[in-house]
Amino acid sequence: MHFGPHLLLAALEGLVTSAVLALTALGLSLVFGVMRVVNVAHGEFFMLGAVLAWAITTAIGGHPALGFLAALVIAPLIVGAIALVAERLVLRRLNYNPEATIVATIGMLYIIQQLALTFYGPEARPVEPPFSYRILLPWFGYSGYKLSVIAASALLLIATWLVLTRTRIGLIMRATQYDSETAQAFGIPVGRVYGGVFALGAMLAAIAAVLIVPISQAHYLMGQDPLLLSFIVVIIGGLGSLRGTVVAAVLIGLSDGIISMFFSPTLAKIIATLLVAMVLVFRPQGLFGTASR
Amino acid sequence: MSEASPAKAYTLHLGVIALLFVLSFLLPEYYHGLLARIMVLAVFAMGYNMLFGYVGLLSLGHAMFFAAGLYGAGLAVIQLGWSVPLAFLGGVACGAVLALVIGLLALRTTGVAFMIVTMMFAQVFYLLILYFATWTGGDQGMVVPQPARVLSLGATSLELTNPTVRYMTALGLFSIVLLITSAIVRSRYGRVLVAIRENEERTKMLGYDTFSNKLAAVVVSGTICAASGAAYALLFGYVGSSFASVQYSILPLLWVLLGGAATTLGPLIGTLFMYYVIDITSGYTSAYLLIVGIALILLVLFFPKGILGSIRQRWLGWLP
Repeated sequence: MHFGPHLLLAALEGLVTSAVLALTALGLSLVFGVMRVVNVAHGEFFMLGAVLAWAITTAIGGHPALGFLAALVIAPLIVGAIALVAERLVLRRLNYNPEATIVATIGMLYIIQQLALTFYGPEARPVEPPFSYRILLPWFGYSGYKLSVIAASALLLIATWLVLTRTRIGLIMRATQYDSETAQAFGIPVGRVYGGVFALGAMLAAIAAVLIVPISQAHYLMGQDPLLLSFIVVIIGGLGSLRGTVVAAVLIGLSDGIISMFFSPTLAKIIATLLVAMVLVFRPQGLFGTASR
Repeated sequence: MSEASPAKAYTLHLGVIALLFVLSFLLPEYYHGLLARIMVLAVFAMGYNMLFGYVGLLSLGHAMFFAAGLYGAGLAVIQLGWSVPLAFLGGVACGAVLALVIGLLALRTTGVAFMIVTMMFAQVFYLLILYFATWTGGDQGMVVPQPARVLSLGATSLELTNPTVRYMTALGLFSIVLLITSAIVRSRYGRVLVAIRENEERTKMLGYDTFSNKLAAVVVSGTICAASGAAYALLFGYVGSSFASVQYSILPLLWVLLGGAATTLGPLIGTLFMYYVIDITSGYTSAYLLIVGIALILLVLFFPKGILGSIRQRWLGWLP
């Protein structure tokens, strides 16, 4: 294969990564933006989504599309419910203190991961894609499912953006993000908004995981990389900014795909992590964000 | 913290050291080895406590300082053939330099950003160890060969593989670090650190250069952690990348939270307790990370001051 098609393939792979990453990072970004909570367990909600997707498709059987659609609906709901319970039982009692919540979410990370290992096991298990149509390009065939993941993710991102900017719920969330005390004074139930946002953030991660699980596999440690990459995306995009998150996800996903196609994936991670740490040190508002209020 | 009782505090510290010394002759073999390991790791926790407990800076990347000492000492022995004391000093120096660089960069940030930046630098360090697998052994790690682990003092030579020598060396390191940290936190400088923790703006207004004070604290903390790592490599003979992973940044946080942040003996109590809990529960389940997770959540929810912190608050106000 020549360099051009090779690059195209790398870019397509990168776009799939970006699509999933944008959804996962958006969840992290919403939680941080509205609640000022750094959710270290975010990657584990992603992993739970994938593991549940496997469990649901296996339980339902029949045509792969049937199980997959069921998983796409049920898995995020279960993950959202778990997140809501965790928020009510732990984060709310800590008054959303940044340091205490970070320690608590580290605790959640270990608990979820270990429970997944105990009940799901150490194996990586595949989920069949809902359809297996190959799009034939002049140089290589490319999985139609992967392209549909990109489309689905784009639709979900647009939907989230519309909800945030055009609906009453979005207005309430933005009001809470801007100034939670004033929002409370205007009769917004800030506590419930926090619970909802935390659940929504986890659900976005779970949806991303259900979408990616037919491509990669479900494994109990699969939450680690998305967590780190989401952090990177959220920081580069500017904490709490939706547009920045999407732009950064595409940027990071593409460069990750292309760099790891031509160089070692470890080296790609080292460079990305180091660059992001430097961004955080020298430009804390992110590359696309404006200076904080 | 009460001013009146430096004598009480020193008596307590010396008492603990004496108790650990006596235990060496009383404990059965298994616990003897375990306690040696706990003392070395408690040094790691004490280094973490310097920064987290006294300055209030929550780092999620201290595994890199431990690993800097571990690999600094381990590679010096394995690849360069250095003698044990020289390798130990080499490991400590690696940690000190790394802490200086990381401190200069990470201290430009505050709060949540500081935690994430330290975690990311530690991740880079971890990935570098995996990337340079030719020298570091990658995720397999390396074993420090037994013949190299000999401490020669003039005519006599002490084998660090001997359990008693190992225990006494660990105790020696632990005692030195305990006395140094308790002297630091009682000094003028220690009080400035606490003042920064309580109110950085006010401390700045009183004319203290908070940045260089914090930087010095990062370097002291990193150096102590590196000393623990270097001792671990030389005493237990294993140098592995898992010691650089995120988990080993979380564990000292857990130990310090459990024992009591900003108490001199809290790190030892926390490490001891956690090892003991894991040791007991490992009889029933292999899921020890579950226990770590539950312990972290319960601690921040119900005992944010930890064991010694709560005791100091309720009963013994003089506790160092």
